[in-house]
Order: sequence, then C-alpha cells, then structure tokens
Amino acid sequence: MALMRITSPHAHNKQSTSDVMKLVLLATLPGVLALTVAFGWGTLINILLASIFGLALEALALAARKRPIAFYLKDYSALVTAVLLGIALPPYSAWWILLTGMFFSIIVAKQLYGGLGYNPFNPAMVGYVVLLISFPIQMTVWAAPIELLPASVSVPNLWDSLLIALGFMQFPSVDGFTMATPLDLLRQNNALMIDDLKQQYSQFGQWGGTGWEWVSLGFLVGGLYLLYRKIFTWHAPISMLLALALMSALFYDGGSSASSGSPPFQLLTGAAIFGAFFIVTDPVSSAVSNKGRIIYGAGIGILIFLIRKWGNYPDAVAFAVLLMNFAAPLIDHYTQPTTYGHSKKSKS
Amino acid sequence: MNKIWDFHGGIHPLENKTQSLTKAIVTAPIAPQLTLPLSQHIGAPAKPIVQVGDQVLKGQCIAEAVGPVSVPLHAPTSGTVIAIEQRTIPHASGLEDNCIVIEANGNDEWRTRNPITDYTQLDKNTLIKIISHAGISGMGGAGFPTSIKLNTRDDIAIDTLILNATECEPYITSDHSLMREYADEIANGVAILAKIIKPTKILFGIEDNKLDVVDGISAALAQHDFAALTGLATEAEVITFPTKYPSGGEKQLIQILTGKEVPSGGLPAQLGIVCQNIGTAVAIHNAVCLDEPLISRITTVTGDAVNQPCNYHVLLGTPVEFLLAQSDYQKNQSARLIMGGPMMGFALANTAVPIVKTTNCILAPTEEELPTPPPAQACIRCGMCAEACPASLLPQQLYWFAQGKELDKLEEHNIADCIECGACSYVCPSNIPLVQYYRASKVDIRQRKVDHQNAELAKERFDARQERLQRLEDEKIAARKARQAAAKLAAEQRGKEDVKNAAVEAAVERVKAKKAKGVQESPAAKESENQANIIATESDDPIARAVAKRAAQLAEDAANPENKLIRAIDSAKQRVSKSQTRVVDAEANNDENLAIFKQAAEKAEAKLASAQQALIDFRAQSSAQE
Repeated sequence: MALMRITSPHAHNKQSTSDVMKLVLLATLPGVLALTVAFGWGTLINILLASIFGLALEALALAARKRPIAFYLKDYSALVTAVLLGIALPPYSAWWILLTGMFFSIIVAKQLYGGLGYNPFNPAMVGYVVLLISFPIQMTVWAAPIELLPASVSVPNLWDSLLIALGFMQFPSVDGFTMATPLDLLRQNNALMIDDLKQQYSQFGQWGGTGWEWVSLGFLVGGLYLLYRKIFTWHAPISMLLALALMSALFYDGGSSASSGSPPFQLLTGAAIFGAFFIVTDPVSSAVSNKGRIIYGAGIGILIFLIRKWGNYPDAVAFAVLLMNFAAPLIDHYTQPTTYGHSKKSKS
Repeated sequence: MNKIWDFHGGIHPLENKTQSLTKAIVTAPIAPQLTLPLSQHIGAPAKPIVQVGDQVLKGQCIAEAVGPVSVPLHAPTSGTVIAIEQRTIPHASGLEDNCIVIEANGNDEWRTRNPITDYTQLDKNTLIKIISHAGISGMGGAGFPTSIKLNTRDDIAIDTLILNATECEPYITSDHSLMREYADEIANGVAILAKIIKPTKILFGIEDNKLDVVDGISAALAQHDFAALTGLATEAEVITFPTKYPSGGEKQLIQILTGKEVPSGGLPAQLGIVCQNIGTAVAIHNAVCLDEPLISRITTVTGDAVNQPCNYHVLLGTPVEFLLAQSDYQKNQSARLIMGGPMMGFALANTAVPIVKTTNCILAPTEEELPTPPPAQACIRCGMCAEACPASLLPQQLYWFAQGKELDKLEEHNIADCIECGACSYVCPSNIPLVQYYRASKVDIRQRKVDHQNAELAKERFDARQERLQRLEDEKIAARKARQAAAKLAAEQRGKEDVKNAAVEAAVERVKAKKAKGVQESPAAKESENQANIIATESDDPIARAVAKRAAQLAEDAANPENKLIRAIDSAKQRVSKSQTRVVDAEANNDENLAIFKQAAEKAEAKLASAQQALIDFRAQSSAQE
C-alpha cells in the first residue's frame, strides 16, 4: 500500500457537521411535539412542506452554482433551515407562503451569499421577516390552542391539514379556529390590568400563553440537550434570555398590560425560548468569541423587548436576530480574546 | 503540594498508549548501515570531520558543531564511513540532506571513555561544555541545542527548572517507559541540571495517565540533595495534573505548573524558567557520568500495522524499516507512516529514513485506525476550534483570513502564536485542515517580510547611488569652477599682450554700437526677430524657446551677416582660453598629455586668427560696396 503523505494532525474526532445538524433536528422534537399537541397538525405540515421546498431549492441552487449536490445536501443545513422556518410560521400556513419563505431563506439569504458558512444573516429569519412584511395578514393569524376551541369546531386531522395548506380545503371556521396570541392581546390592550386580561381572554395561561408554556418548555429541553452535547456554548442563549428577563423586570410595574407582562411571561410566550436555543445559536451569523456571543445574545434580548413593547410587531425575535447579525462583525472586531502570551501580565 | 493551573482549550483524543507499554524497553540490534543526517537539531548543520573510508569507533565525533547554534555528531557504533552524501532525511517534505553513512562492523567497539566520578566538583561552564560536546539537543521534539538553553544570561535569574515528562501526544510512550526503567538516570540528569542553573524550585510535571511511575521518580529524586547542589533551598517536586492534549507543549506546561504565560515571541527564561525534557536529562547523565555522547534514544514503535508494538533503545541512524521489521510490520496494512504522534508528527515519504535525535515515535496506523480525511465541508463557524485552541486564538477567523490571504488580518489575530498543535483540526466537524492553512499563511507572512526587507535594502542602495552620483557631479562642477578661476587669473597675468586681439575687440565693439543704432535693418526682418524674441523669452515650452531663439539669431544674421563672424570670433576666443587653461593645468601637474594640449592650444589660436581675418575681409568687402 502506498504511504499517504499528509501533514498533521493525523487524528480526528468522529463528529461531523452533518452530525451537528442532525442533533439540532433531533433537539427540535420536544418543541414540535408540544406545538402539535397545543395547536394541531399545522406545524408538522409546515415542516413537511418547508423541507420539501427547502431541499429542492437547495439542490437547484447547487446545480446552478455547479457544486456537488449530494455532498452539500448531506450537510443537512437546508433541512435545519426548513424545520426552523416551519416551526416559526403560523400552523396551517399556505404552501405558497412556505415556498416564498424558503425561497428567500435558501436562495437569497444563503446560496446567493455563497452557501453554508458564508451567509451573514440567519436564513430562516430572513425568510420569516420577508413573509411578515409582505403578508402581514397571513402571518399574524395563529391557530387557537386546541383546548380553547369551542366544541362546535373540530380540529382538522393530518390529511385535512395537508389539504388546507395546499389550498384544497378551507379552514373549518376561520373565526373560531384562529385567535390572537397573548402577545397580540397585550399590544392591543394598554389600559387594563393583566389579571383582567387573563379573565377576559382564555389565551393567557398560568405564566405565559395557553399551550405556549409547554412549547417553550419543549424547546428548552431540546436546547439544554444541545448545550449538554456541546453543540453550542451557553453564552449567547443565556445572555439573550437574561437580557430579556432583565428588561422586562425593569419595566414591569406589577400588573398593568402597558408594562408588557412579567419576566416569566416574556420568556414563556412567543418565540423567546425557541429563538434563544435554535436561532440565536446559529454559529454562522453570530459573533465568534465567547465574549462576543454574550454581547450578541444580550443585544438580541434587549431588542426583542424594545420591539415587543414599543415596536409595531407583537413578537420580535426575527427582527432582533437580523439586527444583531448586522452587528456581529463589529462585535467580533472588539472582542478578540487575549491570545496566550499577550495578556497584560505577561507583557510586563 | 504545588498548585496547578489549567490552560485554555485542549482536547482529549484516544490515548492508545497501552499497546506499546506491555513490554519492557527492547534494545534494538545494530542495523548493517546507519545514516546520520548532519542536521538533527535546530541551527547550523554539523561539519563532517571524517572522510569516506575512515574507520570510526563508537562514540567518536564524526562531525563538529559550526557556529554557536549547532551540535556535533558521533558515531553510534564502530565501523567504516562508506558515504557522505545526500540522502532522504526525516522531514515533512521528504527533503534530502547531507548524511554520513556508516557501515557497522558488528564489534560495537567504544572509543576510550573518561567518565567523571564526581560531577559536583565541576563548574557550570565545564558541565555545559561537556553537554555541548556530547551533541545533545532537545529530545522532546524540537531539537534545540541543550547547551544554549542552559547557558542562560547572567542578568536573568532562573528560579524554576521544569522537567517535561508530560508526553501528551497519543500513542507515544518513550518517556513513560524511560521513567519506568531509568528513574535513577533521570534523577541524576536533573541533579546535573540543577547544578548548572541553580534553581530554587524543580518541578517535575507528569500527566495523570502515568501515575504508576510517580513513586519511582519521587524516590529517585529523593536520593539527591538539591539544596547542597545549588547552595539554595532547592526542592524537587513531582506534580501530576489532568491528562489533556497539548499539556506537554512547553508554553502550556509552564502555564499548568506556574500559572504564568510565556510572552509572545519571548522565551521561558524571561520568566525565570528553564524547561527540559526527561530524555534530555538522561542524555546529560550519560554524557557527564559515563562520557557517552548522544548516540541512541528510546523510540516507540506502535500502531495497528505492527504486530509487536513496544519501545526500543535504538542507535541513531537506524533505518525506520529496520526498526519496523523488529516489530513485525505489516506493510500491506500500513496506510501511512508517521514519525512522531498522530497530532504533530509528520508522514514519512519512505521507510529508509533514519531514526534521529528527535524521533520519539514511529506510528504505523491502519486505514481503520486513522482514516483518510473526508473532503472538507463548509466552515459553519461553530467555534469548536476556538474552544479547543490552547493559545486562545480564533481559528475560524484565521481560516477565513487565510483563505483570503489577508496577511495583515492574520497577524492582527496573532497567527504567530499558533503552536500548530492540531487541536482545532481535530475537533473541526467540517474536517477542514486548519493547521495546513496556518502553516501556509505563516510561510506567506515570512516571505512577505523577506520581500519587504529586500525592497527596503534596494531602496537604500538606490538612495546611496543617487547620493554618490550627485556628490560626483558636485565635485566636477566645483573642479571646473576652480579651473576657470585659475585660467582667468592666468589670462589677467598675461595681460593684453596681444595687440591684435585688442584691435579685434575694439572692432567688435564698434560693430555692436553700430547695430544698436539700428542701421540697415529691414522692417520684415525686424518684425520676425521681435516675434522670435517674444517666444524666446515668454514661451513655457523649452523646445519652442530654443527654436525661437535660433530663429531670432538667424533672422539677425540675415539682417546683419557680420554678427555671425563676430560670434565665431567669440567662440574661438573661448576655445583658446580653455585650451590655454588646460595647458597651464597640465604644466602645474606635470601631465603627460602636455604636448597634446599645447598642440590643441596652437590650433585654437590659429582658428581664432582665421576668424578674425574673415571679419576683417568682410568689413573690407562691405566698405568697398558702400
């Protein structure tokens, strides 16, 4: 056998980028399960369609760029983007919403910038924001929690859900089937006490929103699993959640709806937990050093609160993430870690 | 118990050390031919002092050190020098270099040895000289001449001696087996080191995967009274710390044992620390106490492609293939052959290369053991490399800049502090050969520095040349002025002896006065002359000015043909004065060309006379016409 001549190191650990992506997919399972239990099959259909579109668009773009298709599809990054966007979109989103979203995620935000690793913005969040700005009506209608549906409204089964998404079937009853999310309600009612809101609207749960508490818990479990597997470090997600909690604690006045709810409410509604562990941790578009990631995460947490409280949108994870994506290179520039032998102590 | 610190990053690759530790150290037989590269250390290659055909004895010096950073080379066994030529040396690039080849005669006959019975009586310089003459360079891997490392400057106080028994690379067990079987020799070497550098602290660093040797080493060290050796309250201590790659790196070990960081670009000595490998300690013991130079070492032979992995006590120069054969090497299963460990070792081009002073391991893995790396995927900036980097660099950023050849950015991100340990490449999930990028970039940066220096040098040379030319020009002008002044003086001395000259000059004056009155000038000629004068004095273009000046002159000549003749007289006069000056100079300097100059002066005077005659004729003609 001819001797192979390559330079050191010769040893390598077994983990691959594909494994990392597969672990991320695995970690979304508890959250997706909670979403499905709380809001029906819609999220699963979202994920299914987004994945099909995502893989097809990725293959198309790779073919156009004359890159090996199978090799790059096997890194699972397109699938991760598809699943994250599918989770973020309202359940039972129409197929063309998903297609548009995936087009902007995969083609515009990722492949046009040079593919995986070269995208300055989180692809899933680019797709989400394009949709949110272009189709505000479709994007702000969220399915009602199943447990709150009146007996007259039946939950669509899996097949019906697919038909709804593909446009072959109408929602059983649009009014009864969708509801404003707790964050929407908080925005729309500025002159009430939160306790009053809670009595008035069943969407509010014990801490966050009905169903949302479990969803957040699901994503928290998945996120902690990834943390345990050392897929990412704690710095960005924890600093984001802390910043959000601190901001809401600072502005919480004990109960009026104008104060945007208590820290647990802020953390357990909307996409805060999902964002912290699955979006903010996207390594490609975030700051690189640990110190940088703390600043990056904190920036997102603060921006989420600012937009939730004073902005025009009820939830803000996507905007906050994209804004901090812009800032990531700047953060990197100022947070370069001290190299061995460069500390003030050793210089003296 | 000395406190221990942690260093940033690090990895935990599979150790694979047990395979080669099942047996005691085996003394390898003497190979029929030993190939000894002249450069087995950092620094200038040694210079051969034997010739082809010479008989050498074991331990005889066969090549001497050249310059301060160099070490000599000794014959590992007795035999005949059969060649001094270029052979493939153990190097990542498969380079060839000068080697002395010795054919062993099988007697293994030593030269006369004069062991020193009591090294405690020797002073620092004598000990360093012995070490230097024994050809000892660092046995841990880099191969820096030991005597230089020990010969610390007097103004820097060394308070800590660190013995590196870390051996953090997977597979390698040469230091481990050395500690098992040569504890006394190691301790003796440590004592000699202590005698030389007089530290107050001796720290013996061992990773906690070698706890079985700690008691033996401690006992061996306890036999020495270090305080008596140094005259200080010196104590030696064996310190164990958690196994983590690359804790055996000098900088990392210093951080673990002292909490200090070696300044970037600096040396441990600046912190008052000297770090030595334990293999080097044994070599020092051999050199001082046995008068045996460095001619052999312990080398691990391991990997799944050898059936009997173990450690060998092997002569330097032994071909790798000879040593592999001792371990029942399965050539057809061997995917690559690595000298050193799997993290920092280099792949060998062939099996004929020799064992050298730094060879701590020959690793023969199978394809399953160390698989061919798959194609690199995209960097997702996951940051695992930054987590693993013991130098706290940002490998993912360095990779980014290396791809774009942004050398300034690479330097800003301290690529120079990369120790090429390979931890980043090891953890990279996208299988990017990061260290290769850094190596290439380091070469680019070095090349740019050289280019820059060359450019500076060229500029300096150019400036110097310009300055020199300017100086010569200035000197020329000054000399000319001096000559002119001398000529003027000479002319004045001669006075107006030439009556004819005076008459002509008077005539010229008269003509000039006549012309000034504006006699005989046609209006057309006058106008063109004026125009030409305007251009000659006011135009920006020098060529236009010159052309106009010439035109004005011609116009003037046409109007007044006398002018031309007057000018001819003027220039002839100048020529005469010039040639006369030259004659005067030549007379003053006794120039051999004096005759030629005199001839030239006569010629010039003749010319002047004929010009003057021409003017007189012209005048006579014109007055006749009138």
